[in-house]
Amino acid sequence: MEVVLKNLTKIFPSRNRKNGDEVVAVNDMNITIPDGKLVGLLGPSGCGKSTTLYMISGLQKVTGGQIFFGDDDVTHLTPENRGVGLVFQNYALYPHLTVKQNIMFPLENLKGADRLSKEEMLKRTVEAARLVQIDDLLARKPSELSGGQQQRVAIARALVKMPKVLLLDEPLSNLDARLRLQTREEIRRIQRETGITTVFVTHDQEEAMSISDEIVIMKLGIVQQIGRPQEVYDNPANLFVAKFLGTPPINVFAGRVEKGMIYIGSEAFLEAPVPDQEVYVGLRPEGFTLDENGPFSCKLKGIEVMGRDVSVVGAHPDLVSNSLRIIIPSDMGVSEGCERVRFSVRRNKCFIFRKDNEERIPLE
Amino acid sequence: MNENTIEKTRIRQRAVGALVQVLLYAFLLLMALIVLFPFYWMVISSLKTLDEYRMSVPTFFPRRVMLSNYADAFTTANLGRLFLNTMYVGIVSTLLSLVITILSAFAFARLEFKGKNALFGALLATMMIPGELFTITNYSTVTKLGWMNTYTVLIVPFLVSVFYIYLLRQNFMQIPDELYLAAKVDGTGDFKYLLKVMIPLSLPTLISITILKMMGAWNSYIWPRLVANDEKHRMITNGLRNAFTETTGDVNYPVQMAAVALVSLPLFLVFIFLRKYIMKGVSRSGIKG
Repeated sequence: MEVVLKNLTKIFPSRNRKNGDEVVAVNDMNITIPDGKLVGLLGPSGCGKSTTLYMISGLQKVTGGQIFFGDDDVTHLTPENRGVGLVFQNYALYPHLTVKQNIMFPLENLKGADRLSKEEMLKRTVEAARLVQIDDLLARKPSELSGGQQQRVAIARALVKMPKVLLLDEPLSNLDARLRLQTREEIRRIQRETGITTVFVTHDQEEAMSISDEIVIMKLGIVQQIGRPQEVYDNPANLFVAKFLGTPPINVFAGRVEKGMIYIGSEAFLEAPVPDQEVYVGLRPEGFTLDENGPFSCKLKGIEVMGRDVSVVGAHPDLVSNSLRIIIPSDMGVSEGCERVRFSVRRNKCFIFRKDNEERIPLE
Repeated sequence: MNENTIEKTRIRQRAVGALVQVLLYAFLLLMALIVLFPFYWMVISSLKTLDEYRMSVPTFFPRRVMLSNYADAFTTANLGRLFLNTMYVGIVSTLLSLVITILSAFAFARLEFKGKNALFGALLATMMIPGELFTITNYSTVTKLGWMNTYTVLIVPFLVSVFYIYLLRQNFMQIPDELYLAAKVDGTGDFKYLLKVMIPLSLPTLISITILKMMGAWNSYIWPRLVANDEKHRMITNGLRNAFTETTGDVNYPVQMAAVALVSLPLFLVFIFLRKYIMKGVSRSGIKG
C-alpha cells in the first residue's frame, strides 16, 4: 500500500490563549512512501516526526492537507478504520492480558464481515507470534517478559490484523545496545517477509540508515531531504542534513571561494567552478588521506584508538563544528609526537554550503 | 577487629534481634486480643441463658450452651425478611453506584469537555460538608417526592459518592495514555476500552469500593430508621434494635446477641475471602504511586 502525504500540516494551538504562540509541528509535508518499503523518519527531538506518525495512524487530527493509502483518502478516518498497526516506544502492552490475549486483542475487535472464527483468530495469533519468534511465550504476562520480548509482542500485535501500514515509534530506544542491533535486523527481516509498507520514527541516524529503504530527514516540522540513505549521505541538500548524518559528524569550517578555488584560512585545496563568496566547507571525517604535500593541515590534539581505524582529533582556527575528527586506518602511523599533520582531501567527501541559507552549492 | 569481637558482636546482634521479635509479637498478640474480645463476648453471650447473662459476675464460658437462641432469633425478629431487605438494598445500590462511579470516573479521567475541572472541583467541595447535614435536606426532599417507606428512598439518595469517583479517577489516570491510543488503533471505542482495559486494571479498587458500599448498606442505621421503618422495608440494624424487647420491657440479650452474630457473619466471610484483593489493591497502589 503506497502512502502519500499531501501538504500535511499540524498546528497545535497555544496553551495560553492570551500570549502563547501556536506551535507548527508539521509544516506542509509532501512525501510518497512507496508500496512495501521501509521508510525512516529521522530528525532531532521536536522535529515533528512522531506527530507525522500519529497523523498517519489517525490518532492525531490533521490541521491541513491529506493522507492517502493507495487511492483512498483516509485523512478523516478514525484509527480503527484505517487498518494500521502501531508499535509504541514503551510497547503499550495490556498488563492484565497474556501474550496470546494481547496479540489476539485487535482481532477480537473486528466487526461484521471481517469478524473471524475462534479457530481462525487463534491460527493468526500463533502465526504472528511465530513470525517474531515468541510462540513459546504465549501464556506469559507482559511483566514476565524481557524488554526485547515485550517489543516482539508489540510487533506481533501490530501485525496480526495484517495492516496496510505498519508504524513504529522509536521502536528500539528502550533496548540495550546489543539487543538494539539484533532487533533492528529482526524488524528488517519481518518487514521483508510480510512486505508491509512500514514507517518508522527514530532520532538515531545510524539506526535509520542501516535498515531503511528511504529516509526522510526533518527539522522543525519541515522536510529537509528524502532519499536512499547512501544518496542522502553522499549528497546532503543542506548543512543541517550533512551535520545530522554520520558518526563522527562532519567537520565544518568557515571558508570562501576565490577565483574558482575553495579556501579554508589561507590554504586553497579544491577547485570549485562557482562565483566568489563566503561559504561553509564540510569535510567528512573519512575523506582525508595522510599526505605530506596535501593542501589541508591542522594541529594534532590527540588520537583515539578504535581498533580498525584511528580517529585523529585536531584543532583548526576556522573550525565551526564542535570538534575536528579525521578517521584514518590504524596502520598509517600517526603518532602523538607530531605537531601538525597534513592531509589531502577527497573531492566527493567535500561539500560547500551557502553562508546565508546553508543550502548546498553543487561542485559540478 | 579480631575474631573474638566479631563473635561477640554476632551474639549481641542475635540477642537484640530475638528480643525485638518477642516484643513485636507480644504487641501484636495484645492488639489482636483487644480487637477480638468484643467478638468473643458476642459469641459467648449469644450462647448463654438469660439468667446466666444477667449474673453480676460474668462467666467467660456459658455453663449451658443454648444453641436454641439462634433459632429463637430467627423466629422472634423475622430475621429472614430483614436479611432479604438489606441484601436487596445493598446489592441494588452497590451495582447502580458502581455503574455511576465507573462512568463518571472515566469522564473525569479520560474525556475532554468544557468545564471539566470546574465541575470536578465543585464535586470535591461537597465532600467538605458533613454527611449528617444532608440528612435534613434529603428528608424534606424525599417526603415531598412521596418516597417514604419505599426501597427507592433507601437506595437513591446515596448512589453518588464523590469519594469513590475521586478514588477511581485517580486509579484510571495512572493507566498510561499509550494503552488508550494502542486500543484505539486496535479498534476499540471508548466504552470497549473502559470495559476491556480500564476496569480489569482497576479491579482491586473496584472490589474495595464494592466492599465499602456493601458494608455501608449493611451498617446503615439512622437514615433507614427515619424514612423506612415499616415492617416491609425495615433493614437489619433497626430490626436488631427493636425486635427483642419483650412485653415486660426487658430485652432478651442472649437472643439479640445470637441475631447480631448471625448478621455479622456475612461481612465477616466477605472480609476473609476478599482480604487478598483488599491487600493487593492497597500494596499495588502503593508501589506505583
